[in-house]
Amino acid sequence: MDKLNIQGKPFIPGSANGLALVSHEPLSFWGGYDWKSGEIIDRRHALSGMNAKGKILAIPFTRGSSTTTAVLLEAIRTGTAPNAIITTSADFFFALASVVATELYNTSIPLVAIFESDFASLQTGQQITIDETGSITVIS
Amino acid sequence: MTLSLNDKDQAMLRGDHGPATKMAMSILVRMAEVAGAQELLDITGAHIDSTVYIGDAGLEFAEKLASLSAKVSVPTTLNVSGLDEHHWQEWAVPNDWARQAYRQMVAYQSMGTIPTWTCAPYQTEMKPSFGQQIAWGESNAIVFANSVLGARTERYPDMFDICCAITGRAPAIGLHLTENRAGNLLLQLQDVPEDLQHSDDFYPVLGHLVGKISLDKIPVIAGMKVKPNEDQLKALGAASASSGGVALFHIIGVTPEAQTIESAFQDKQPQEKITITMDMLRESRRALTHTDSEKLDMVVLGSPHFSLAEFKQLAQLVAGKQKHANVKFLVTSSRAMTQLAKQAGFLDALQTFGAQLTVDTCILTSPMLPPEIKYLMTNSAKFAYYVPGLLSKQITFGSLKDCVASAMEGKVIRDDSLWIS
Repeated sequence: MDKLNIQGKPFIPGSANGLALVSHEPLSFWGGYDWKSGEIIDRRHALSGMNAKGKILAIPFTRGSSTTTAVLLEAIRTGTAPNAIITTSADFFFALASVVATELYNTSIPLVAIFESDFASLQTGQQITIDETGSITVIS
Repeated sequence: MTLSLNDKDQAMLRGDHGPATKMAMSILVRMAEVAGAQELLDITGAHIDSTVYIGDAGLEFAEKLASLSAKVSVPTTLNVSGLDEHHWQEWAVPNDWARQAYRQMVAYQSMGTIPTWTCAPYQTEMKPSFGQQIAWGESNAIVFANSVLGARTERYPDMFDICCAITGRAPAIGLHLTENRAGNLLLQLQDVPEDLQHSDDFYPVLGHLVGKISLDKIPVIAGMKVKPNEDQLKALGAASASSGGVALFHIIGVTPEAQTIESAFQDKQPQEKITITMDMLRESRRALTHTDSEKLDMVVLGSPHFSLAEFKQLAQLVAGKQKHANVKFLVTSSRAMTQLAKQAGFLDALQTFGAQLTVDTCILTSPMLPPEIKYLMTNSAKFAYYVPGLLSKQITFGSLKDCVASAMEGKVIRDDSLWIS
């Protein structure tokens, strides 16, 4: 069992844990995430067919549509969102979904940005724990 | 580096301008902190993408603002809605879905906005001007406003756009600021024939490739031999904003901040130089088709919304012709543009051809298509990109001429001559 600690910057602070779902390819949630189920539905994306509900989703940043925020907000409301999202930069689109969810439903999902060099060590299936300070523990 | 707010910002945040402005300002401030902004700046226009009904959370957000008597403080256009208000019953839109989508339209219209219901607000009289600070949602509109018009907006998500519109403020970050508008990547076209550069289908294919390569960087395209028209630039931008996160591109000698290579890069060196070859373009064109079949149930045009010039071009192509009885042929546009096309006499030929029109919405955002429609064809890279995920249908990409020829034949026909060299 390998244990790795990564210090990230918490843009939406919070604690979460779950299995990692990782891609190095950016993703648009509109046309890419089915908020009714949590399935990745971008048929041109490496994670197509995987389900991100309850996982720790790690993707570098969002691409494409302005509607990504709205889709993540629906997923947060419905309970089909990832437990947390890890990115390589302050992702405005993901952060806004949690800011609005806090305003409307008093809930949010943690969003932590880490260095690309740390991101490279993440792999699907690792057990990830995130705390309020943005500290990430990875067990593989 | 912390965010500093002026007196008016602080008054809005305290609630002096009412509860809706307070809610909008608190979201704006929280997000400005996430983005690392040091201050907010004034905007003089907004375009709201949040009008698209996705589910009840987006509706609850809109209705909460509306119930607090939210009003926009700058001229604000509205993106497509979920519904063609007058024609949705001709399609497979479920009643309860239509009711929710309509409530969302009413909520945003109640805020003093301009009900343009279009994803191409840059082709209306509300088109922003060079250097104008705006807060726009809708990826294709953002990239067009920045690149082709030289207006200034960050790539803003749904729901943030309306917060900016209500407060008249936006974070002073990213593409609002001159120094962040310099190109990063030089994309040099190599041996791309001039005939192909004149052809409409070149632009979505190039845009799809540019988005794939650039992701969230600012690409500078060099080596264009022709001056693309507005609709070609629209197709390029929409494609690059779908396959990547492009919010600004420059084309040397074409777009307003790129009259020279030096101005496009603001006298800096490109971070990277990439050659765009015909092989890469052919692969990009191939990737836009997501089926092996020649079957065809429906042609979809107008993603982004058809302009008057596109109506004219289509009217000339279909004049005196009729589509195959088994193929549907749909054009989507705004209500205003469709009315103008009607007055210009462009719709008669479309009607004789058997085309249908849908206004105010987009079939990517409205559940219009019945299950028996499985094989689609389009001239839009953006539409082709999103169809497999959003609609679970098969899609073929072709030129406008290919789309018309295929609709007449009842199966996919594509003229590859310009792509083989």
